[in-house]
Amino acid sequence: MISVRNISKKFGKLEVLREFNLEFEAGKSYALMGPNGSGKTTLIKIILGMVIPNKGDIIVQGDSIKNNFKYRSNIGYMPQIGRYPDNMKIGQLFRMMQDMRPEIKEYDLELIGAFGLDQMMEKPMHTLSGGTRQKVSAALAFMFDADILILDEPTAGLDPMAVETLKNKIKKERDSGKLILITSHILSELDELTDQAIYIYEGDIFFNDSVDALKETTGEDRFTTAIARLMEWSLKKKQPKTEMSHV
Amino acid sequence: MFKLLKYSLYDILKSRFAILYTIFMVLVAVSIYQVSEDLAKVSLSLLNIMLMIVPLIAAVFATTHFFNNLEFTELMLAQPVKRRNVFLSQILAVIIMLSAAILIGFGIPMLLWGADESILILLAIGIALSIVFAGLAFLASVLTRDKAKAIGISLSFWIYFSLIYDGFVLYLIYSLSDYPLEKTTLSLVFLNPVDLGRIIMLMKLDISALMGYTGAFFQNFFGSAKGMFLSSSIMLLWISWPIATAMRIFKRKDF
Repeated sequence: MISVRNISKKFGKLEVLREFNLEFEAGKSYALMGPNGSGKTTLIKIILGMVIPNKGDIIVQGDSIKNNFKYRSNIGYMPQIGRYPDNMKIGQLFRMMQDMRPEIKEYDLELIGAFGLDQMMEKPMHTLSGGTRQKVSAALAFMFDADILILDEPTAGLDPMAVETLKNKIKKERDSGKLILITSHILSELDELTDQAIYIYEGDIFFNDSVDALKETTGEDRFTTAIARLMEWSLKKKQPKTEMSHV
Repeated sequence: MFKLLKYSLYDILKSRFAILYTIFMVLVAVSIYQVSEDLAKVSLSLLNIMLMIVPLIAAVFATTHFFNNLEFTELMLAQPVKRRNVFLSQILAVIIMLSAAILIGFGIPMLLWGADESILILLAIGIALSIVFAGLAFLASVLTRDKAKAIGISLSFWIYFSLIYDGFVLYLIYSLSDYPLEKTTLSLVFLNPVDLGRIIMLMKLDISALMGYTGAFFQNFFGSAKGMFLSSSIMLLWISWPIATAMRIFKRKDF
């Protein structure tokens, strides 16, 4: 459904992604992992067209994203830090986003109700707490029943009750055959929500297979320990290089 | 496009700055109309104030607006809309607000106390300068990620075109006074939108006698219909190139 082809991205001299290739298929849910600064958010922003890659192309549902904007109506995106116009009220924001996708007439308002956002439609965005803002982001990502859901740190800053609500919603959408892409540092949560694991390290793909295969290769039967093992390996893999440069 | 513009305009017209700027323009116009009866003198005074104030306000306001609305821009870029339309809606909202302030601020006193053709040209120059400096400000904004730096660049555009450039031209004329410089000075005027606006207005007011030898040459050149056409075309170039360049950079910018 999404195929990432030979994507390279540099910020100045810093090479964030190097000859990156990935395939995301419909009906599967992917956990995108890696240390801070490994290029997860950059990859997501490239898929959304917010960051322009130096090289390579991305095909979303059969169409290249170059000079294309329509493909975005099929993506629900929840950013890591939701930033919204300060003076706008929650209700206005929802109406504006609906106005941006005039072809969609039916809205999925389940999360708005579940988070109690319908009670505060008149609140301006700048008065909201970080958690409430996050709830607004989540409600927006699911509102248009998009085929692709990209969630960047979805549960950061949410209270435990809201986390449960959101997780149940994600599971429900996953089971209805959507492509779900999640980045998170909370491993237990990824174990619960995803069936494919992708581990990025220094701009390269270090691991890309199903969660079961991950457990098998690492010889661990718990997801968290398996990932910890993976991290150890990725660090070890790097060490010989630095040693050689000292010789 | 129109939807995006609607939301940007709604946001900008609600801001306190739009109202303050309009009130300021009204006050300036009213006080100048009170001082003099002669319409030519009124338009000359309005011109002098406008040539200093309008580019300054346009440059600073457009830059701050770009950075204050970065959230809106980022939000829109993840939506199914064209990048070009996101950019155009932002800059058009700024231009419409600045032009409306000039039209209302100077226009209402004109309707009350009378106006002639020269004052209409004055309004047109004010709007043209707003667009030029809003374009330069957006260009400065897309070139940098830092708000303070962008405001600095916008302000230096203003200082350069309003103050330094004139000094540079005077120095050139003075030090090369032994040579025939009419054509050179004429082309130098084209390189500065503020001077271009001033010259168009002075020609219209027919006080080129105040401008000496070069003034007479300007009169000879600008007074004709051909001159007017040429100077307006150059003004159009000044209006379009900063916006076009800024848009090209915006389309490739990372957010």
